[in-house]
Order: sequence, then C-alpha cells, then structure tokens
Amino acid sequence: MSDLVPEPRQKPVVPMKPVSINSNLLGYIGIDTIIEQMRKKTMKTGFDFNIMVVGQSGLGKSTLVNTLFKSQVSRKSSGWSREEKIPKTVEIKAIGHVIEEGGVKMKLTVIDTPGFGDQINNENCWEPIEKYINEQYEKFLKEEVNIARKKRIPDTRVHCCLYFISPTGHSLRPLDLEFMKHLSKVVNIIPVIAKADTMTLEEKIEFKQRVRKELEVNGIEFYPQKEFDEDLEDKTENDKIRQESMPFAVVGSDKEYQVNGKRVLGRKTPWGIIEVENLNHCEFALLRDFVIRTHLQDLKEVTHNIHYETYRAKRLNDNGGLPPMTVETEENHESNL
Amino acid sequence: MLGESMLSVFLCFPLQNDDLRNLSLSGHVGFDSLPDQLVNKSTSQGFCFNILCVGETGIGKSTLMDTLFNTTFESEPATHNEPGVRLKARSYELQESNVRLKLTIVDTVGFGDQINKDDSYKPIVEYIDAQFEAYLQEELKIKRSLFNYHDTRIHACLYFIAPTGHSLKSLDLVTMKKLDSKVNIIPIIAKADTIAKNELHKFKSKIMSELVSNGVQIYQFPTDEETVAEINATMSVHLPFAVVGSTEEVKIGNKMAKARQYPWGVVQVENENHCDFVKLREMLIRVNMEDLREQTHTRHYELYRRCKLEEMGFKDTDPDSKPFSLQETYEAKRNEFLGELQKKEEEMRQMFVMRVKEKEAELKEAEKDLHEKFDLLKRTHQEEKKKVEDKKKELEEELSNFQKKKAAAQLLQSQAQQAGSQQTKKDKDKKKVHCLSPCNEHPCLLYL
Repeated sequence: MSDLVPEPRQKPVVPMKPVSINSNLLGYIGIDTIIEQMRKKTMKTGFDFNIMVVGQSGLGKSTLVNTLFKSQVSRKSSGWSREEKIPKTVEIKAIGHVIEEGGVKMKLTVIDTPGFGDQINNENCWEPIEKYINEQYEKFLKEEVNIARKKRIPDTRVHCCLYFISPTGHSLRPLDLEFMKHLSKVVNIIPVIAKADTMTLEEKIEFKQRVRKELEVNGIEFYPQKEFDEDLEDKTENDKIRQESMPFAVVGSDKEYQVNGKRVLGRKTPWGIIEVENLNHCEFALLRDFVIRTHLQDLKEVTHNIHYETYRAKRLNDNGGLPPMTVETEENHESNL
Repeated sequence: MLGESMLSVFLCFPLQNDDLRNLSLSGHVGFDSLPDQLVNKSTSQGFCFNILCVGETGIGKSTLMDTLFNTTFESEPATHNEPGVRLKARSYELQESNVRLKLTIVDTVGFGDQINKDDSYKPIVEYIDAQFEAYLQEELKIKRSLFNYHDTRIHACLYFIAPTGHSLKSLDLVTMKKLDSKVNIIPIIAKADTIAKNELHKFKSKIMSELVSNGVQIYQFPTDEETVAEINATMSVHLPFAVVGSTEEVKIGNKMAKARQYPWGVVQVENENHCDFVKLREMLIRVNMEDLREQTHTRHYELYRRCKLEEMGFKDTDPDSKPFSLQETYEAKRNEFLGELQKKEEEMRQMFVMRVKEKEAELKEAEKDLHEKFDLLKRTHQEEKKKVEDKKKELEEELSNFQKKKAAAQLLQSQAQQAGSQQTKKDKDKKKVHCLSPCNEHPCLLYL
C-alpha cells in the first residue's frame, strides 16, 4: 500500500543546535569597538522621552519640570482667571521640545494634566489620563502591526509619570491612592512630594515613612518596581532608593541667586535662600539624577518591554471585544482594560 | 540580548518637526549620559553576531574564521562527498574587556561539490528564511519576550570567490543573486596568495563589473556618518577583499606574525601589501558590525516580514481595525488551513477504505476460485474412486464366478471319475486306440 502514503515533503534544512564553546583569545580582535559603534549610531539619531506630570494645580509641577530640564519646557499657568472656566474634566496637554546636550539630541515631551483633582467632585478623574496613556500604546501598536513599517516608529508612550503629593504632613489623600492604584499598572509612577520647603527635616522624614507605608499597604508598585529588578546589583541599588529616598521631597525653582559666590537655583525667603540643588535642603538633585542621569533608559525599557507588552497582549487577546479606539471618536466611555 | 529591534524603538525620528521648539539649556541637565545608559544595558546583556560563510569546500572558510577571531574553532575539514549542501551552525562566546559577544558561524558544507548544482543555493536561502521566520513568529506571539530573544538572523554573509583569476563562476552569480535581498553580502577572494598582484587588480575589477551588470546588490558600507564615512569610502574601493588566512605563526624580523611560509617567501596575513585581511577585519568587525546588525533588522528582516504577511493575506486596510484584522485574518487563515488539512485527511481515509474494499473483493474472488477447484477435484476423485470400486466388484464377481465354475467342474470331475473308472477300463483301450490313431506322437488321455 505504498502509494497511499504521500511522498515525504522535503524538509527545510534545520541547522543543528549551536554548540557553545568558550574560546581563549590569543590576540585583540576588536569586538569591543561595537560599543563605540552603537554609541555613534544612537547619538546620530537622537532619543525621545515623554514625561507626564500629575497633581493638583498649584503644587509646582511646571516649575519642577523647568528646573529638571533647565529650560522653559512648561509654561506656568497663572491659575484660572475669572474669565477662563475651570475645565470640567482633566485636560491632557502635550508639548514637545528638542534639547541638545553634549552632542545628544533629545525630543522631550512634557504631558501636563491641568484640572486633575481640581473639581469638587473628582471621581474618576484619572480616567482621561489612563485613556491617554492607552491611546499612546494603541498608536504604537498600530504602527508595529503594519505590513510596511516605518524604520523608526515615533514613540509617544508615556515613559514616566511624576505624581505630585501635597505636603500635608499627615498621609496620602484618597485621591492620591486611587490614582496611583489605577495607574501604577499601566505606567511608571514616581511619587514626588511637592513644595517640600514647607516641612522641617523631621517632618519630612516622618511624612516620607508614612507615605511609603501607605503605598505598601495599598499594594501600589511605584517605579522602580520590585518585580523588574534584573539582578542582585539592581536589587540592592533599587532597594536603597525605594526604602530610603523615595518619594523624593523636592523644591523647584527657575530663578537664580547668589549664594557664597556661586549662582544657584533657589527660592528666596525672608529667612534664607533654599538652594534647589543642595542635598541638605531638598532632594531635587536626587530626583534629577535618578530620572535623567541613571534611570532614563531603564524607564523607557520598562515602558516598552513590560507595560506596552501587557497592553499588547491584552489587546490581541480581546478579539472583537473592544471597539476600535480612534482619536476622533473619544468619549468618556469606560475602557475595558 | 539587546537586539536591533530595541535600538530602533528607543531612537526616534530625525528631529525635524515644525511644531517642536529647539530649547537651549541654561545648565547641565545630564541626559548626555543617555547613550552610555543605553550602551551599558546592552553590554550587560551581551551582543549577538551571526556570520554565514558561503564557498566551495576547501576554499579556506574555517581558516579565515579562525584568523579573524584569533581562536581555533574546533571543526574537522569537510569531505567532498556530500550529496547536497547543508548548513552547519556553531556558536561561541567571546569576551573582550567587558563586551560579551555570542558569535555564531554558519558554514555551507558541500557547496560546489555536486555534479548538478542547480539546487545548491536552496538550503542556504531556506536557512536564512528560517531564522527570519523564527523571529517573526516570536514577534507575532501574543505573549512575547523580544528583549531577551536570542537573535539567530544572519548579519553578514561572506561569499568566498575562488581565485581563478578570470571571472565569477555562474554558480557564484546565481547564488549571490538569490541571497542579495536577504542578507548583507560581502564578497571576498579566498586564497589570494595564488594570484599575482597585477592579475589581482584585473580580477577585482572584472568581478565588480560582473556583479553590477548582473544586478547583484552587495553590502554597501555606510557613508552617512562623518566619522566612518571616510574610512568606509576608502575601503570600499578595495572590494572584493583578497584575503589570506592562517593560524600558524612565522618569525618575521623579531616578531611572530600570522603567515604562510612558502619556499619562495612568506605571505604575511596582517601585512596590507600582501593581502586585504586587515581591511576585512576593520570593515567587518571594528567599524561596521553594528551597522550590519541594523541593516539586517531594518531592511532584510522587514522585507521578509512584509512579503510573508502579504503572502498570508494581510493587507494594511483601514487603520481602525488593524489589530483586529491581523488577529481575525490570522484566525481565519488558520481555520482555513486546518479545514483543508481535515478535508485532505478525509479524502485519504476514503481512498484507503476504497482500496481495502477492492482488495477484499479480490481476495474473495480468489477464495471462491479455490473452493471451486477443490470441489472439482473432490468430485473427480469421487468418480475415480467409484470407477475403481466398480471394477473391483466386477473383478470379484468374475472371481467368484470362476470359483463357482471351478468348484462345479471339480465336482463333476470327481463324479465322472467314479463313474468313469469302470468305464474307463473299457474306454481306455478304445479310446487309447482311438486316440492313438490320430495322434500317434503324443499319447493323451482325454477323458471327455
């Protein structure tokens, strides 16, 4: 019955499993030059970074961002004048800038959320923000799923969300908890205690401890998340930050004053000048170093490898359940995500 | 492994948007450490680099790899008796300062050895496609982990040209044409110490013009970035690189150098007057390794992906439903395919059943025949037996008759004897005389 069995199809050549052998080097090859090659390539094309600031108005969000990036990235709102109406919902304003330093070009986008927490009834005020974040993921996903893809997909996803905590000195407000609970699952949240110059050193330490405890009790994983620590080194480093420094108690300022013969950024008060970049006065320098100088790339990577992948997996799994999300037809519908 | 996919995600479009303002910084912010942050991540994860060596058996592929990477990759030389072309991949981990490189060298065993080389290029193309396919499958997964995916896609293909001194072989042209849209091809002239310098120049120009006239697209060293543009431009002039490989060291002056020793002199591998090995090493490793990886990902892989998806029936339709159409069409295609498979299976089963029936019928027929024959034989046998028995009966009858007759005759005889003993005396003489007269010669006593 040999003619019943169809002829076996020619199998494509599958190479045998690669054998890993450690070789001894007898001379210089030059593979470490790949670092330079990579660096050159990245410098040429530039980076982008999207940072969102969330908090009630008047907490100093714009000032802080300006201080962080040493330029007028955000225009400070001078409060709502009598003619302007307070927006009924939270608005999302994204402004992009190009800054360059040391040959490195960065496209910085600051996403402001005026109106957050400003209404009398603040229920669900995190929803527009969550929706915005998911829309950016959606945009990226659409580009990625294209047949003919762009060489570099423009990245508008929110890499980092600075959440401003009011320096009450007591504990977190219910609004703070609700917001962070919802959003810590979709974006990297870095809680920041604003206007820290209203607290003394002891008050600051106590407040920070209480905030940390509350965050832990409520199961809010802020960045750097414990579960994403890659190795022991990361873990110890991040543990230190998580358990001691965060949330950073910051003061922002874009005015310069003369202190001890140096020009420093600071706030002038009758009782002294608060130096923004002085670690004894506030933790701005720590925040800056953390976000920009050491963890910028990691923020982007966690957003891409984890938050975006989670969104994508959910989206591709919910087959036919979700209506297409376009920018035009947005209404305040509940997102199933 | 931080692959090219990661880099292309973290970098953005060239910054020429009109609505973006260029801001000046009033102090040091510190994001100029960003390339370092990126590079540090990559360093800790390690890099991948995969080279494919295509060339005839014995042309010096393994030796060149050994020379390039300053190690002896264990391998036995291949024989010339391979029935077809097959690809052998080996991976090695190399480390230099703090850079860990996972190097994979893929060899074409048996290339150019067969009498009929029509299909020689096929296993190579299939291998390259298989690596793209594996990456594509990972990318299409719902739960995927691209950031620690071990990239097996071929980043560079070194095509070894035999040093005939004339021109490219037709096998070379055909193979390169099939590969040029799938991989970065860097043509090199192997065993270049067999060509004299003046011939080499002519050979190189002939090769390049043949490549151009046949439309073969070899890898172009990038000239867009100022730091590498110059060196790439000068090196490109020397393509294809004429290389000599050697792992043996010969004493030259007061140093040991990699070289090949001949009775008429010593060919030094790293001497740029002798061969282009140094140029190849510069171009392949020290200047363009990253670009080779990037081109593989952004150009060759994207082309493969586009073709494959279009083949599977996806289209970039209205932007509203893209994630759906991908998923839906995928599902639909899969169901279609499964349905076809099922149908085929049914058909085969039907055919099988039919054949079985046929055979059964045949067997039944045969069986019937046999039975008939048997019956016939039996009957014949019966008849014969009957005949024999009949004859036996006849015989017995005859015998019994004969016995009866004999018995009757004997009885008569005995009776006649008694009655005749008296008369025989009278008759005897009479008979005797009577008898004697006719038959004188033999006296017979007939008592009749």
